[in-house]
Amino acid sequence: MPRMTMIEAIRSAMDVSMERDDDVVVFGEDVGYFGGVFRCTAGLQQKYGKTRCFDTPISELGIVGAAIGMAAYGLRPCIEIQFADYVYPAFDQIASEAARIRYRSNGQFTCPIVIRMPTGGGIFGGQTHSQSPEALFTHVSGLKVVVPSNPVDAKGLLIAAIEDPDPVIFLEPKRLYNGPFDGHHDKPVTPWSKHALGEVPEGHFTVPLGKAEVRRAGAELTVLAYGTMTYVSEAAAADTGIDAEIIDLKTLLPLDLETIVASVSKTGRCVIVHEATLTSGFGAELAALVQKHCFYHLEAPITRVTGWDTPYPHAQEWDYFPGPARVGRAMIETMEG
Amino acid sequence: MATRKPASTAARRTSSARTSASVRQQTKKSSPVGQIIAPPAPEEFTKERELQAYNDMLLIRRFEEKAGQLYGMGFIGGFCHLYIGQEAVVIGMQMALKEGDQVITGYRDHGHMLATGMSPRGVMAELTGRRDGYSRGKGGSMHMFSKEKGFYGGHGIVGGQVSLGTGLAFANSYRGNDNISLTYFGDGAANQGQVYESFNMAALWKLPVVYIVENNRYAMGTSVSRASAQTDFSQRGASFNIPGIQVDGMDVRAVKAAGDLAAEHCRSGKGPIILEMLTYRYRGHSMSDPAKYRTKDEVQKMRSEQDPIEQVRKRILDNAWASEDELKAMDKKIRDIVADSADFAQSNPEPDPSELYTNILI
Ligand SMILES: Cc1ncc(C[n+]2csc(CCOP(=O)(O)OP(=O)(O)O)c2C)c(N)n1
Ligand SMILES: [Mg+2]
Repeated sequence: MPRMTMIEAIRSAMDVSMERDDDVVVFGEDVGYFGGVFRCTAGLQQKYGKTRCFDTPISELGIVGAAIGMAAYGLRPCIEIQFADYVYPAFDQIASEAARIRYRSNGQFTCPIVIRMPTGGGIFGGQTHSQSPEALFTHVSGLKVVVPSNPVDAKGLLIAAIEDPDPVIFLEPKRLYNGPFDGHHDKPVTPWSKHALGEVPEGHFTVPLGKAEVRRAGAELTVLAYGTMTYVSEAAAADTGIDAEIIDLKTLLPLDLETIVASVSKTGRCVIVHEATLTSGFGAELAALVQKHCFYHLEAPITRVTGWDTPYPHAQEWDYFPGPARVGRAMIETMEG
Repeated sequence: MATRKPASTAARRTSSARTSASVRQQTKKSSPVGQIIAPPAPEEFTKERELQAYNDMLLIRRFEEKAGQLYGMGFIGGFCHLYIGQEAVVIGMQMALKEGDQVITGYRDHGHMLATGMSPRGVMAELTGRRDGYSRGKGGSMHMFSKEKGFYGGHGIVGGQVSLGTGLAFANSYRGNDNISLTYFGDGAANQGQVYESFNMAALWKLPVVYIVENNRYAMGTSVSRASAQTDFSQRGASFNIPGIQVDGMDVRAVKAAGDLAAEHCRSGKGPIILEMLTYRYRGHSMSDPAKYRTKDEVQKMRSEQDPIEQVRKRILDNAWASEDELKAMDKKIRDIVADSADFAQSNPEPDPSELYTNILI
């Protein structure tokens, strides 16, 4: 089976989708001619021409709004917002239009768009190039929210997202593009070419939206994570020796509650990890659901490890980033609690 | 501070006296075609001005060269957008400013900060993420401010500063002072929707704002013609009756002349004005830029034929206002200032962990 980086896998998903369906169009800032700042769309314009893969002006609101109109008419735009931090000008279109077209039109129109965007820190991007805004989207009814953590999932989930009839926010942890970064920033990252999850089928396949996966089976404690934090949690389990069950959520909405409840009911302990800020973060939703569904199984308070409630600083990147040390400490406390 | 008058009184007047006659009159009044103003002739600089322009532009260039080196050595991380090639724009405009005027721009901001007189040490220390940087190292290259120098940032989100600059102008008008806001943005930023919301409000309320479009021909890897339906940015205000001037942004004297005209326009209560600066960035967009979107020849041609600093240098030498040796001595002094800022930025400690939670509401 071919080996792919996460970038190549994402590109392959768009390529396969464009090949199969003429209605799939790909556009965004520097996406066509240049192939995207992270190279995710490299070669697509050459292969499919400028009408199907093209550059836009720096106009996020216009990009998303136009995509919604195209989608209502039956096209399947898969658009790129260059960094998730740039999506805010488009937020009105996403929340007021994309998320509600189906509801408002009484089901006559849907909005099959995918909005891809790189998220997360670890690249010294500072406050305008490091954010993880997933909770802003999960708070809007009508959107699906996906966060892949590896090449094979990224490809399968992206194809599923493109084929989905409703709007999907597809958040790509940029620290994972080239390898499974686990927060040990002083050590080199294994490239995807040497990792089992870097094996990606060539052609069409999907990974279903709404299904989580147990990355590490364990008996003592459940860790709920997604994206980069899956690997950080694995590293923390290895560093502390705690037999943690680590769940990669993959899709935040719809959420795979079944897998979560089964695990926490078994372990009785739960740590939630995300890089986004704490207050009103997605972890709060997870904690509420876990206490509701696993109340009688819980042996310790649910703990969250997250980014601090501040903008992402340019200096102090590794003080901000919830690395394996912080996650490990929370795991130990939860075992003692 | 004087009691205020203009903005809201003007706004009240228009809305209350809206008879059909006045509407007709207003319609007749607008003639967008007449709004494009021919660029004023470049100002003849005195010896002192030429030498000052040379010095100030060279400081930016040497500073940026050093920043590029420090980046290469790993002292600066993340993003770092150099201003090399565009120096005449901020230096010419700064000459048209007076005490109390405001400057605001995007993320390609090092030149603007040095032009307003911010300290090279403070800027360089911010680039390296150190505690005596202007934002305590937490802002980085794109996010610095100085209340003292009237510099309102330093903004990483393309176009975001344009609305803010409009608000600064509103505040001037509200205070009834005759200060103006210089609101800089790029050719790429000119396609953000909020730019036009700002234009409309600025024209409606006659705000003293100079919108300066630094047209350096590219937004990252996208050339102007691939992103813009109207590539003459001086005309972008036409539908709001905002006058515009296309300026040779490589000639500091042309910039100064246009800056004076624009400042006078704003200070005298005529409302906003657009200056399109035709300029060029020599380096990549940020530090990693494969530069496949333009040829080496194109860059070389600009450098050898239109370099803003060379133009001044040539005039100085032709007029015998300074000798080669004197200019070299000037360069040496500037290099020393820049080297000092780099030493400072490398030896200054990183921010204390307690800084993580300063200046944030919790
Ligand atoms: C809202 C937003 N969209 C996209 C970006 C990414 N981006 C940063 S700079 C840039 C190009 C801007 O070009 P221009 O306005 O011409 O300024 P220049 O870099 O040429 O000085 C882009 C697309 C951003 N920072 N913010
Ligand atoms: Mg530009």
